[in-house]
Amino acid sequence: MQVKVKINGKEYQDDVEPRMLLVHFIREKARLTGTHIGCDTGNCGACTVLFNGRTIKSCLMLAVQANGAEIMTIEGLSTNGLHPIQDAFLEKFGFQCGYCTSGMILSAYVLLQSNPQPTDHEIREALEGNLCMCTGYQQIVESISYAATKMKEAGK
Amino acid sequence: MAQIKQTIKPNGKYMGRRIMRKEDPRLLSGKGAYVDDIHLPNTAHVAFLRSEHANARITKLDISRARALAGVIQIVTGADLRGVVENIPPMGVLPDLFVPQHPVLATDRVRYVGEPIAAVLAENPYIAQDALELIHVEYDPLPVVVEMEKAIEPGSPLVHEQSKSNVAGTFKLDSGDIERAFRKADRIVTGRFVNQRVAPMPMEARAVQADYQAGEKMLTVWSATQIPHLLRSSLSRLLKVPENRLRVIAPDVGGAFGGKLNVYREEVLLPLLAMRLGRPVKWIETRRENMRAMIHGRDQINYVELAVTKDGRMLGLKCRTLADIGAYPQMLTAAIPTLTAIMATGCYKIPALSFELTDVFTNKMATDAYRGAGRPEATYLIERIVDMAAAELKMDPAEIRSRNFLKSSEFPFTTPSGLIYDSGNYKTCMDKALDLAGYNKLRQQQERARKQGRLMGIGLSTYVEICAMGPATSDPPGGGWESATVRIEPSGKVTVLSGASPHGQGEETTYAQIAADQLSVPFDDVTVIHGDTASVPPGVGTFGSRNTAVGGTAVYMSAQKIRTKMEAIAANLLEINPKNIVLRDGTLQSKLNPKKSVSVREVARAAYTAKKLPPGMEPGLSETSFFSPKNYTFPFGTHVCVVEVERETGEVKIIKYVAMDDCGKVINPMTVEGQVQGGIAQGLGQALYEEIIYDDNGQLVTGSLMDYAFPKATQLPEYICDRTETPTTSNPLGVKGVGEAGTIGATPALVNAVVDALAPYGIQHLDMPLKPEKVWRTIEEKPEAR
Repeated sequence: MQVKVKINGKEYQDDVEPRMLLVHFIREKARLTGTHIGCDTGNCGACTVLFNGRTIKSCLMLAVQANGAEIMTIEGLSTNGLHPIQDAFLEKFGFQCGYCTSGMILSAYVLLQSNPQPTDHEIREALEGNLCMCTGYQQIVESISYAATKMKEAGK
Repeated sequence: MAQIKQTIKPNGKYMGRRIMRKEDPRLLSGKGAYVDDIHLPNTAHVAFLRSEHANARITKLDISRARALAGVIQIVTGADLRGVVENIPPMGVLPDLFVPQHPVLATDRVRYVGEPIAAVLAENPYIAQDALELIHVEYDPLPVVVEMEKAIEPGSPLVHEQSKSNVAGTFKLDSGDIERAFRKADRIVTGRFVNQRVAPMPMEARAVQADYQAGEKMLTVWSATQIPHLLRSSLSRLLKVPENRLRVIAPDVGGAFGGKLNVYREEVLLPLLAMRLGRPVKWIETRRENMRAMIHGRDQINYVELAVTKDGRMLGLKCRTLADIGAYPQMLTAAIPTLTAIMATGCYKIPALSFELTDVFTNKMATDAYRGAGRPEATYLIERIVDMAAAELKMDPAEIRSRNFLKSSEFPFTTPSGLIYDSGNYKTCMDKALDLAGYNKLRQQQERARKQGRLMGIGLSTYVEICAMGPATSDPPGGGWESATVRIEPSGKVTVLSGASPHGQGEETTYAQIAADQLSVPFDDVTVIHGDTASVPPGVGTFGSRNTAVGGTAVYMSAQKIRTKMEAIAANLLEINPKNIVLRDGTLQSKLNPKKSVSVREVARAAYTAKKLPPGMEPGLSETSFFSPKNYTFPFGTHVCVVEVERETGEVKIIKYVAMDDCGKVINPMTVEGQVQGGIAQGLGQALYEEIIYDDNGQLVTGSLMDYAFPKATQLPEYICDRTETPTTSNPLGVKGVGEAGTIGATPALVNAVVDALAPYGIQHLDMPLKPEKVWRTIEEKPEAR
């Protein structure tokens, strides 16, 4: 089946099997490998991307379902250096092995759009769909909280 | 926001400081390269057919329909490997260990659910999965051995018919006069503690890619591994490929926690398939596969007896341990529980020890190293029994610990198991932890809470662990040396090549800190390369909290050698005595006249132009060192956990968590903090939620992340972390290692807190995980609760 998807502002068109998962389309067809796969049940959140502005798990959606959609992956978060959330993850050490990080950052991005000054508890709730095996989450929470402060200061 | 205290001063310009990691910008922007991100043209994709039975004969295996499927390239079964590669032997063994044949693919018999039977090679992963469904297997199911206590009963079905029983091997430790200790005791406190089977669960499951360049006769293997060099040696031996025609690359690795410290069947098969096929091959493990076929951790039952006097002095410790090792011992399977034995007396001066370990075969996946690897089990058993003794003697848990701690003046201390603890300051560390937690106030709060009918508990865990694996001469073997090459390039930039293979720990940064300080160059001028056997010196790998203590010391030693050489070159250029040269702020200058100086860059240029070198000196600025430690290191700490148990639901809420760790000198407090916190999370995960469950038929019940309760952000607390700093004498950097501390300290702290909370009901012990239902039922069963 023909599928046309806009990923990070660029159009990708391909003939794919109807059963192809969106995450495989992103990784194999668009060759955007910042989106990772950590499970096969939609639990871990490593494959989180933005689908028309909302977070989805790209392992739970077929590529054909994304026909006509606008997707944003970690590669599309910032075209010029690091986004303030990425900067915050760097400064507050919000990750270790980096495998869950793309998903974490995109979940944080969506959270901060709707709630620019979240409490720690609200941040933790927003990360319900993202697992991290390295950090024990605290430094992720600190990173997002710090990013919120920085973004407010910068008026973003 | 969480309270993070940093009371320790840095010990260098870069060392000891919180420095952002070099690896981070690429990982943050999706530019990391994990195995699955590396695309080679014309790759064939591999999927494994795995056993659906825990114990069965394979009576028929028909691949014809699968073979005929369009897009299937080849299907390989165990029969195809006869005479090619038949057995993957373990490394860590016990003298009497029964070592079964461990095939790459099962032929006529399977012994656990998930055991690989056939490999499909196809044009894409979807077709490979389709083909698996078309393979027809007939099984003749056999009785299944699941519970280790039943497995060793006479008449139990056998996992391996060639062995006399399901006892795989034994290990015994006797020290001091244990019988006299128990005769002299006022009280003997006993407990049976189950340390349940859990999964290491790295976020990236296993992944292997292999490519054979026939022209160059070069086999390249990319694997998400902790041990590229050990894997290369094993593959060379097993596949009969010369080691210098084999290149193993561990690219970015998405966590491992011990799970990738192994040589797996799939890792052996993929390179063989690449050679046979003449095409690159790739296997990316699914999470469901990973939970069945990557090693598990823990799985011990400990029968513990502690002999104490009425004033709380510990006289002797007896422990009988059963360790479920699954069906086939993997690389270090048999070695792991011996670490429990040798660390069983913990921080305490206990004169007599008797430890009897029995490894048991069952129809399950093997256990092996999972973060802590034998030490969490040791700390758990001793910290639980000490708390039970305190309760029985009506002593404060801090007081009984304090009375039995080794004193700082007693180091180096030879333990009953023959280890030599390097250094320690247990009492100071515990006191600081109690202060930070506000222990006395917490006890008052607890008293008030109890009067109100609330179930508040305070748990302590004081641990010592064994790290920086380890002396090559030790028994059991400790891991040995690690290597590093430090090279100043002609431009003055510095390259560090490490034999260790970090995968999230941050050594691209900490090694650069060490090198930058020793060579007096800017941190940004240092690049650290690791994980590629073709470019780095021989190495051992990353495990046993050894990277900084052993690998970092090798970096330090190489940098020292370069420094000496630079001093000689500089002295020659400046025409002064090398003894009068000092390296400061990127220049080598005369001690007597600082204006007489040359920069590191100028010295580097001189080293490579080789025109003005001292007579007889070789050109270049590159040095390699192998550091082989004489002793382990023994980090320690105190964790304090405060909980409240919901009476109506059994839910455990963590109110406060304080960790006071001592890992010796610290290179980067930020990465240390990360290691501690992540470790605590995994320790709490085991204590509260996680458990690998096999049913009576040996079927894996917790076979996906839907069923296996890995903790989420809302389920874990904030951690309040601080440190004391007691340098080790085992290496010149004074660093001890911190990769596993959190996992070791956290589990008993949590369980001790919950048991303390439930003390009003007369509850003395509860086995992990402390899920609400279990806690609730335990309360309900007590008459005091009615």
